[in-house]
Parts: sequence; C-alpha cells; structure tokens
Amino acid sequence: MKYSIYAFIALLGFLGLSLMNVNEYIFFAGFVILQFVVLATAWNILGGYAGYVNFGVPAFIAVGAYTAVVLFKSISAPLVVQIIGGGILAGLLGLTVGLLTLKLRGIFFSIATVAVVFILETVVMNWRYVGGATGLQLTRPQDLWIFDTYTRMLFFVMAVLAIGSVSIARYIQDSFLGRGLRAVRDSEEAAECSGVPTLKIKLIACTISGALMGIAGAPMPMYLSYIEPTATFNLNYSISALGMPIIGGTSHWIGPVIGALLLATIQQVVTVTVSNELNVLVVGVLLVLFVVLAPDGILGLIKKWKQSSK
Amino acid sequence: MISLDLLFEAVLFGILLGCFYAAVSLGLSVAFGLLDVPYVAHPALLILGSYFTFLLSKTGIDPIICGLLLMPVFYVIGIALYRFYYETFERRSSDTGVRGLAFFFGIAFIIEVCLILVFGVDQRTVSATYIGSSLEIGEYRFPYRMLVAFGIAIFLTTLLTLYFSKTFNGRAIKAVGQDEGALRLMGANPVKIKQLAFGIATAVNALAGAMLIIVGPVEPAMDRIYIGRTFCVVVLAGLGSMSGTLVAGLILGIAESIVMMTLGASWAPAVSFGLLLLMLGIRPQGLFGR
Amino acid sequence: METILEVNNVVKQFGGFTALSGVNVNVHKGERLGLIGPNGSGKTTLINCISGAFTDYEGAIHFNGQDISKLKAHERTKRGIARSFQIPRPFSSMTVMENLLVPFAFVGGKDGPEQQAEAMEILRGMGLADKAFVQSNQLSQVELRKMELARAMAAKPKLLISDEAMAGLSGNEVDEVLEILFDLNKLGITIIMIEHIMQAVMKFSERVICLDAGKIICEGTPENIVKNPDVQRAYLGD
Repeated sequence: MKYSIYAFIALLGFLGLSLMNVNEYIFFAGFVILQFVVLATAWNILGGYAGYVNFGVPAFIAVGAYTAVVLFKSISAPLVVQIIGGGILAGLLGLTVGLLTLKLRGIFFSIATVAVVFILETVVMNWRYVGGATGLQLTRPQDLWIFDTYTRMLFFVMAVLAIGSVSIARYIQDSFLGRGLRAVRDSEEAAECSGVPTLKIKLIACTISGALMGIAGAPMPMYLSYIEPTATFNLNYSISALGMPIIGGTSHWIGPVIGALLLATIQQVVTVTVSNELNVLVVGVLLVLFVVLAPDGILGLIKKWKQSSK
Repeated sequence: MISLDLLFEAVLFGILLGCFYAAVSLGLSVAFGLLDVPYVAHPALLILGSYFTFLLSKTGIDPIICGLLLMPVFYVIGIALYRFYYETFERRSSDTGVRGLAFFFGIAFIIEVCLILVFGVDQRTVSATYIGSSLEIGEYRFPYRMLVAFGIAIFLTTLLTLYFSKTFNGRAIKAVGQDEGALRLMGANPVKIKQLAFGIATAVNALAGAMLIIVGPVEPAMDRIYIGRTFCVVVLAGLGSMSGTLVAGLILGIAESIVMMTLGASWAPAVSFGLLLLMLGIRPQGLFGR
Repeated sequence: METILEVNNVVKQFGGFTALSGVNVNVHKGERLGLIGPNGSGKTTLINCISGAFTDYEGAIHFNGQDISKLKAHERTKRGIARSFQIPRPFSSMTVMENLLVPFAFVGGKDGPEQQAEAMEILRGMGLADKAFVQSNQLSQVELRKMELARAMAAKPKLLISDEAMAGLSGNEVDEVLEILFDLNKLGITIIMIEHIMQAVMKFSERVICLDAGKIICEGTPENIVKNPDVQRAYLGD
C-alpha cells in the first residue's frame, strides 16, 4: 500500500508544480528529464530484468513519435489517442523484433535493434507525408486543459507517464513475470528446465519495453512543434537509455529512476553550460566506469555502504 | 527498366566495394566470429584508424604506409583491450552478456565523441597520387583509389586465411573458439591465444581504417553505419568463416551498389541492415557458419 | 513393471557429426538407472534430447505413455521430467530459497508461504536449510550440486536426471549426494544417473546402460556391465 501513496503524492506534486508561477524553463527541462525516466525504466524491463540489451531505443521512440504525427495529421487525434497509438505500434515493433531474434544469442538481438533504427530511418526519410528528410512543422491544438501553457501540460502528461511506467516496472518486478525474467537472465537453460516458458516471457518483456518507449516518444512532436528524422532516430538516445539504468542499478525499479533523474539533470546542465557532445561523453564515460567498477550501479554501492557500516 | 550496361557497371563497382567491405570486416570476423567477444566497438576502432591515418599522412607519408605503420600500435591496443575485457568480464562469469555489450558500446561512443571534440564533425580526407583519377577500360572507369583498396583487401584476406590455416598460432586461434579444453591439453594457453587473435583483429583495423579514408571522406559518426556493414558481412558469412567473409562482402557490395543505382544513395544504409535482419531471421548461422 | 520413459530410435546429428545413432531405452517407473560411457559417447546429448534442450532429433520419446518429442523443455518439466546440469547453473543473483521458488512458481503455479515451507523441507532433506537465504553464488561446489538437485525436486518430478552431480567432489561429498539420490528414489522418483565415478554408479544403479560413440553397447546389472569386454574396450581403448 505504501507505494501507491507515494505515487499519488508524487502525482499531486507534479500537478501542483505545473500550476505554480515558476520559470517556464523548469517545464522544458523537466519534460526531457521525465522522458528519460520513462525510457530508462522501459529499457530496464528487458535489459536489466531479462538481460537483453536494446541498442535501438530511438527506433521505438520514433515509432511512437511518428505514429502520433500521423494520427494528428490525419484525424486531428487528441494527445491521449496519439500516446496510446504510439505505444501500441511501438509494442508491435518490439514483438516483431523479438520474434525474429530472441531465439538467438543476446548479441544478435542487440545488433538487430540497431538494424531496425537504420531501416526505419531510411523509410521515414523517404515518406513525404510525415515530412521526409526535411521534417514537418506542427501546430499545437489550443486545448490546454487547466494549464497556462502547452509545455506545462506536456510536462504533467510526461509526469503521469513516468509514474505509470515506474508502476508497471514495479508490478512486473514483484510478479511471476519478474521472477521468470530474472531466471532467464541468470541462466536461460536452467530457467527452461525449471518450467519457465523462456521465449514467451522474453517476448512479453520486449513488447512492454517497446510500448513504453513508444509512449515516451509520442508527445515529442507536440513538445517540439516539429519532427524530423535525424534527431528522432539519433543513437545518442541508446547510450542514455542504457546508461541510466546501469548507472542507477538494474535489479530494482528504482535504479533507472535514480539514474535517469541524476544523469538527465547533469545532461541538461552540461548542454546549457558547455556543449551537446560533451553530455554524451559524460554518459559514456560514467557507463564504462560503472560497468567496470560498480556493476550493480548506485543501488549496489548504497547496499555495500550500508553493509560495511553495520 | 535499367539498362544492362548500367547494371554491369554497378556490379563491377559492387565487386570492388564488396572486397573493401570484406576487408573492413575481417577484424570483426576474428574478434566476434572466432572469439565470441561482443565487439560492437569494432567499427569505432576502424574510424579511429582512419583518423590516425589522416594525422600521420599529414607528415607526407603515403596513407597506405601510414596504415601499415599503425598496425603494430593497434596490435598493442588490441591486446590491452582484450586483456582488460577478459580480466573484468569474462573471468567473473555471471551476467557478462549485458556488461560486456554495454562496455564495448560505451567505448564506441567515447571514441566517437572524442573524435568529434578533437576533429569536429566535418569530413576528413587524405590525398595521394592514386586518389582522384581513374583507370579507363573501354567505357568503364575504375577509380584508382578503389583499385588500391581492392588490392589491399585481397592481400589482407589472403594473408589472414593463410595465417589461420598454415601457422600453429593461427590454427590455435581457429581452435580456441571451438574447444578450449583441447587447446589447453596441447599446451597452449587459451587466454594468450585469444589475446593474440584480438591483437591481430585490431591491427587489421588500422590498415582497414587507412583503406576507408583512401576510398572516401571520413567523419566521426561513420562508425554507426559500419556497425551494419561489418556485422552484416560477419553474420552473412557465418561465424568462424574467414573465406566466407569475402563472399559475404561481395554479396553486400553488389547489393548496395545496385540499390544505390536504382533507388539512390539514401537507401544504402538500409541494405546492410536489411540484409542483416533477413539473415538473422531465416538463417542465423550464415552461409558458411559452423 | 510400468514403463515411464520410452526412447525410440533416437538419432541426433550436429551438421555432419552423428552424436546419437539410433538409441533405444525403456526406463521403468521407480527404477535407478545408471548411464555410463566414455567422454563424447553421447550421454549428455541423450539427456538433452530427453529433457528437451534439443528438439530437432529423429525418433520418438514417450513419457508416461505420451509423445513428448515436439514439446519444449519447459513443457516437459511441467509433465514431470527434471534434470540437473553437469556444470551447475544456479540463478546466481537469487538466494537458495528464491532459486527453488522459480520451479514452484512456474511448474506448480504458486510461490507463497506454503511453497516456501515446502522448499525449506526439501533443503532440510539435503542439509542446506541453513543456507536458504544465502545468495547462491556464495555456495561451495557440493552445496551448488545439492541445490541443483533441490531445485529439480521443487519441480515435483516423476523422473529426475542427474548429470554428473558428483564430478569433482571428495569421497565424503560423493556419499552425501548419493544418499540424497537414494532418498529421492525412495519417494518413488525414477532416477537416471550419469556418472564417471564407477563406485557410485555400481552402488546406486539397479541397471546400467553403457553408451559409446552414440550407440548402446551394453545393458545389464552393475556386476555384468563391469565384466563386459565391450565396456572395457570402450573405456580403455583397444
């Protein structure tokens, strides 16, 4: 029961914040940070819990974003429909990639995810309806619900999505599915022989993970009032989406949250003060350092520190 | 409909391109195909080789010579990298899959970003007497730089194939991927053998990187598309097949060349990645794999 | 005697190499069957075909009268076939108790307090009760072997295949594991034991089958097997 109370308080907190009279920049930056919470949490469901590394995060984000664009452009779909549509299609992509490669070794799955990024990017670049290589301008609808600006509304929507995805991750972790995924990660062979339907479980995780990434991507076109392929399909998303859970800690749902909040905030600071490239370098270096020195992430370090101070 | 002439020219160009792709993938064929190391940083090291060649060639040395000179340097880098990977990940079993992959992915990104910070995002080229002019046979023009790359590619592939079949160390490398135990019984140290193999794989990258910048301009983000090309070749060939790498490279080269001619250059990245996905879906062991 | 497992003319090839060339075995319910043979004779391949690690073999395998040849490994586990692995494969991020709760959850369908109590009983029977909440990557070799067997037991098997559970253990440790296997058999579980430690096989088995180069070359009581010239030749060479 405790978690739901925290989640509800967090929800109220975000709502309150979006209605307060504070600097608009908080919502610009906050949207991005919360988006990374969703991405990191989504990545961890397959990467941390099951041990399959998705390098093709931008493909799923892009499916979410471009589905939103198509829905918006064709039937003026409201934001909620865009998000659901994006999630469903991205989930289908996850299922497809999974069916193709989850029977093979982990690295083949990872390489396949990179392949999907490039193939989809090439398709989108040649698709006039969504703007092709030059991109598409979009006009935001006027519906602001109870908020002062569209950005504030998007910020709150992303907060809801973040809390939602973390709740899903938490539910999975404590369920049979989580137990099975952990078994698959530790020893797929032994899991099979212990009655775990390993392929089915991997496919479920892959689908959910993909869907959540699509949901994170769907509000992006409205946030930017613009969409174009190069930035949307940028592999930089991958290093962040995988670095954040690894740095935060992959075995528990709170790891990706810690990693995302910490790193995305650092990234915002670095991008504004120094340069855009440097923020990728920061994630890359931290990722390598943690993978080598502290494989259980910040959560692992906290655990060790607690144990030694007993 | 495409004229037969144009098709023929595309195929010829594809053969040259394909041999080049094969040579560029040889290092990965060894590191991943034979040794099972999740070496996703291979293309990044390839581009690094290109940039080192660029720097060295500024002193006036011919790019090919630069590549050759860089080989021992990269050999040492390869040994150090494998040693580090082995000590940190392979030794302590459990969960190596994720950590090893994440490690090399991180290394690839770090290399790419450092290159951007040092050299900027602009393309870099080298100059040499054979770059810029072409050999004309009848109606067809073969750029000299492509012929040079073709020559180096054949040279490297032959050298490696001979090495792996004729020398003791080479055969040990081929064996260590399949049966470490037997190798140990023969008195060879599997770790030292794998180290040697990784060193060779990375050294090959130095020369391949030189070839890359001879064939065309290079920019830091190129490692991303070369993930597709190199892994496509290695998967198409089948893990552990050296000679298969050449055939696979040719298939990819010709396919890409034809697609570029018919649909345009923007579809080129999709060819290697598409072929890769296709192979993974219908025949993951590749054409010649074990 | 009731037949619990029927292996009919199983042929398994890896590319050009034939690992099993027409193996026929009938295992009786409650039997203690020993499976021996030199390295590379196909013992583990046979086990992999029975457990479902391989499903692309020729021939048929029937369990409790039903054809299981097309079933995946986890489905066979649910039908009642459990195995341990030659090199132990613990779920290393989990405690011993959590290791056992996986088969309880996926074969039995529940992993609540009742199942935890059952798990403790199994562990007690193997002398592992005090390690129940220790992370499995902290266990010693013999403890890992026992946990493998405990985890197999948590799947409530009717047939247990023990794949070289005693390899590398000391004399005392071998006896410990042997006693566990005897106890399990007394509960009615059919046990197929693959071992290289001849004394253990002789002590344990009611019947022994010897494999060599993918074929069964001899079948009989332990005493007869040891005297058989084909068996001696297989192990010692000509």
